[in-house]
Amino acid sequence: MSNARPLRTARVAYSGAVHTATPVDGDSTARLRLADGRLVAEADVVWLPPFDVGSIIALGLNYADHVKELAKELTVTTQDEPLVFLKGPNSLVGHQGATRRPAGVAFMHYECELAVVIGRPAKAVKAADAMAHVAGYTVCNDYAVRDYLENWYRPNLRVKNRDGGTVLGPWFVDAAAVPDPHALQLRTLVNGQVTQRGTTANMVNRIPALIEYLSSFMTLQPGDVILTGTPDGVVNVNEGDAVVCEIDGIGRLVNHIVGDATFHR
Amino acid sequence: MQLPSSSLHRIGVAPWRLSGVVCTALLNDPRQLAALGDAVHQAPHKAPPAHPVLAMRPRNTWAADGDAIAVPADPGLVRTGAGLGIVIGTACSGVPVARALDHVAGYLVANDLSLPIASHYRPNARLMARDGFCPLGATVVPAAGVADPDALAVRLLIDGRPSWQGSTGGRTRGVARLVSDVSGFMTLMPGDVLLLGIDADAPTARIGQAMTVEIAGIGRLHNTLVAEAA
Repeated sequence: MSNARPLRTARVAYSGAVHTATPVDGDSTARLRLADGRLVAEADVVWLPPFDVGSIIALGLNYADHVKELAKELTVTTQDEPLVFLKGPNSLVGHQGATRRPAGVAFMHYECELAVVIGRPAKAVKAADAMAHVAGYTVCNDYAVRDYLENWYRPNLRVKNRDGGTVLGPWFVDAAAVPDPHALQLRTLVNGQVTQRGTTANMVNRIPALIEYLSSFMTLQPGDVILTGTPDGVVNVNEGDAVVCEIDGIGRLVNHIVGDATFHR
Repeated sequence: MQLPSSSLHRIGVAPWRLSGVVCTALLNDPRQLAALGDAVHQAPHKAPPAHPVLAMRPRNTWAADGDAIAVPADPGLVRTGAGLGIVIGTACSGVPVARALDHVAGYLVANDLSLPIASHYRPNARLMARDGFCPLGATVVPAAGVADPDALAVRLLIDGRPSWQGSTGGRTRGVARLVSDVSGFMTLMPGDVLLLGIDADAPTARIGQAMTVEIAGIGRLHNTLVAEAA
């Protein structure tokens, strides 16, 4: 086995323990090699968020096309200061996990986002130096239940920080494998139909600017993750839907929408 | 670059291991909304909040008793946040109000600081999520020793002189209701902390001043404000 640092890693539960795993065939999730040498099939593991997640920092309105999509209901335009909110670990779920759609809501939507994982502490870092603080990337599906929007600290946590509403994975991809994080195509498929397309080239505030901004008031620490926002094309999902968020070169993140009955609600 | 060592040491120390989740209730003093008057019905708000207005306090904001907290020269002051922290003892999801206190392990003193916030329409991470802006007291007082967490006297001393007093009471959502409402969409876990929220008339404190928060029967929390390095 190679001792080189793997560029693509997952964390999975298998046979009673949590393991670091690497893909066997390219970026396919079909077969995994556990750190202890075992080869396992995707169907036999439970995927967890692929790194030890620290502070979860989410961006709203960070794609010009998404801002336009929402323009009818916005009372502000793209502001100079990034729209930042914090999320909690209750919301985390891994690849192939389930997310609850509460009964009676009309509009619950996915948001396919590039997640940037911090690797070195960052305080008052300038944009020109920011990328040295990035450990790597993963895919995030940052769900929202729009029925619960209120115009107080919007987007409020009841919309954005529900249990299972922050899907991360499948892989943590080392920054060394991503030469340009602003040249990645991303898309979402619901039951196999493409419903969202975009490119990370269209971020309003790019990763170096976000790290400069955030680190101007908060010390970013290894494991902190920046969810960089979503382009337009968000549509409602329903119980039973399979939602796949893909970012070229990063991963294909699958999530399943389940109803209240699963939770005995 | 590091968290104050004192706050790192306290996470995971008996009697209660804090999980690292700290979530604060904003606008939980009805006087805060009353002060806004008809504005709560106007754009951009359009209606008063129907559910708790919440903000996570990420790990860079934690500070411990005795820590110095850096404040930027502009504005050179903080809005103080003397208030009660509710420490969850057992996992709960969708817990009714009547059973919510069964899931509370105890209480601690918090000083839920921010730079002055002009509007609560959008999240204000730059004003709230600053390094050291959420000092938490070193002691968790077991819930069994607190007869009524919604009626505790709170006091703030600035440079040792009593400068403000209030109460944990009179909240839009008291302790049980807040735990219940938040658990309606966020599963709360042992060691999670909910902050009951500040008072409408919480005073400001300036660089160079020392703040001491006292909550009767819970404890005290002392921190100083220093100028942020330019």
